[in-house]
Amino acid sequence: MSISEQTLAESRELAGRYPKARSGIVPMLHLMQAEVGMVNSDVIEACAEILDISTAEVVAVATFYTMYRMRTEGGEHHIGVCVNTGCGLLGGDALYEALAVKLGVGHNETTPDGKFTLERIECQAACTHAPVLTVDWEFFDHSTIAEAMDVIDRLTAGEEVLPTRGPAVRGWRAAERTVAGLDDGLADEGGGVDELMLAGLKVAKAAESGVDGTVKK
Amino acid sequence: MSGTKLTPVITEYWDDAKPWSIDSYRSHGGYSTLKQSLETDPDDVIATIKDSGLRGRGGAGFPTGMKWSFVPQNDGKPHYLVVNADESEPGACKDIPIMLANPHALIEGVIMTCHAIRAHHAFIYIRGEVPHPIRRVHQAVAEARAAGFIGKNILGTGIDLDVVVHGGAGAYICGEETALLDSLEGLRGQPRLKPPFPAVAGLYASPTVVNNVETITSVPYIIRNGVEWYRGFGTEKSPGFKVWAVSGHVRRPGIYEAPLGITMRELLDYAGGIREGHELKFWLPGGSSVPMLTADHLDTPLTYEDMVEAGSMLGTGTPMVFDETTSVVKAITRWLEFYKHESCGKCTPCREGTYWITGTLEKFQGGFGQEKEVDELVELCNQIMGRSFCALGDAAATPYPGALKYFRSEFTDALTQPPDDLFSPSATMVIPSPAGVAG
Repeated sequence: MSISEQTLAESRELAGRYPKARSGIVPMLHLMQAEVGMVNSDVIEACAEILDISTAEVVAVATFYTMYRMRTEGGEHHIGVCVNTGCGLLGGDALYEALAVKLGVGHNETTPDGKFTLERIECQAACTHAPVLTVDWEFFDHSTIAEAMDVIDRLTAGEEVLPTRGPAVRGWRAAERTVAGLDDGLADEGGGVDELMLAGLKVAKAAESGVDGTVKK
Repeated sequence: MSGTKLTPVITEYWDDAKPWSIDSYRSHGGYSTLKQSLETDPDDVIATIKDSGLRGRGGAGFPTGMKWSFVPQNDGKPHYLVVNADESEPGACKDIPIMLANPHALIEGVIMTCHAIRAHHAFIYIRGEVPHPIRRVHQAVAEARAAGFIGKNILGTGIDLDVVVHGGAGAYICGEETALLDSLEGLRGQPRLKPPFPAVAGLYASPTVVNNVETITSVPYIIRNGVEWYRGFGTEKSPGFKVWAVSGHVRRPGIYEAPLGITMRELLDYAGGIREGHELKFWLPGGSSVPMLTADHLDTPLTYEDMVEAGSMLGTGTPMVFDETTSVVKAITRWLEFYKHESCGKCTPCREGTYWITGTLEKFQGGFGQEKEVDELVELCNQIMGRSFCALGDAAATPYPGALKYFRSEFTDALTQPPDDLFSPSATMVIPSPAGVAG
């Protein structure tokens, strides 16, 4: 078994948050994937043992969800491009093409150096901010091709990279721990309330104070 | 009176320095009536929400108070509240902003709702692909716990409540309430046959209320300000305010909070209109699962009833707007590829049907479809509609007939010419095209 004692203890803690331990399987898989880089047989066996279910039951769950990597380890950084209609047609398709060329990989593939995994992702619930790029699942809103290229260059150089909404990216595995439900102490970082989220409030306040009033009735 | 129809309530203080903090929320009245609410008879809380006319903001628009009243009382079973924060509907982008900017209103709503339905355990199921909202909601729960709003004997009322924040793992179908419950039980997220409805047999086969983030976030404002105040917004049958998220080819996409009954023309005005030099082609009131509308429907009030009357649905209330550069064939094909990818595979009509629709649409996309297929596809959609356990099948059967109604010629044009030749992909983009990027 290659799962560390710490991760096993944290997994048990996750399972203990629920009235029935099995409810913890989705977070547990995230957590173990954060350590191993994928959901391999060690992860499956560890989950089965903690939850006292069969490995087949764990596999059945793990294979249902797209965030788990069942075949190959994920790269240091996960690069996602939304290609659903709202983002794809507004620029996401071009972003994806440019990134695929730059990284030399296709959908769900990892660069040979293990640095980046590229994925065509589905709607990220940020259509107002189209086209959306994600790095380690943090929002890089309204990303241009030039900006996306720059993000890759800076990540390659090991520089700090800030999303448009969220804390500085720390790698895919760190994000997986956060998604699993472990506190990373970053909730106050990275703003998260941007101009687009304040668009209506600004119009309302301007109208209130009689300043602008984009729409006058 | 101000010259605007916008009514920031949930979004009112999002321009605070840290609107997501408990201090910020409390400085705007948050949690101020929580104790009073917890000392109110649960049935009276349900009655208040019923009287307010609040309807579910997740897409179906079911009356919230009525849903709560379906939970059996004195049945000896534990009751649960599950907040559906699995926002993944293409076009929907309102719950993620609410959780980023105003998670405490959601938490106060959770506490009030649990009291009403006599639940001592709540779960907030957030899609896995959004770590930042997950952080914010975890922190809000921790802050509320530290303030004594969650835990044992809340504010001395004798009420106990535990709230668990749960991250998903990438599956659109888990936004469907029964699939969400299966997922939360640690299973593959596949829908259940209804009845029994979750209110009777939900999580762990116990009575469970599943409500959308925006629905629950509206609750504390209604409880604090009263039914009359709430009904002062919106229309008789669709009362209240709504967080509208306007996206697409508009000058100022973003969040605009306004009462139900506002029109798309008005929302478009606030969003600065269609981008410079272009005109509206089609729009969807709330997600890809509702039929598209055109400029003819701009003055139809955005209410649950009026949207159905117009041949669409209000859905999530997050209008997507597309201008004349957009290929309808391409837009629809992309949505169907999504439904095909996200179909859980449980029901044959949806699993196989999304595969066949997508295959045919991809032929149109390539410019080599056959004329008879334009109508065959409608028949195929009819064979899916109403024949699956959950609404994903219906949703997948919706975009094509809706598009054909207004843009039939685009599908027949595509029989001989690929849509990408007829509609330049770079013209549809809102970022500089690759050609514009030197080197």
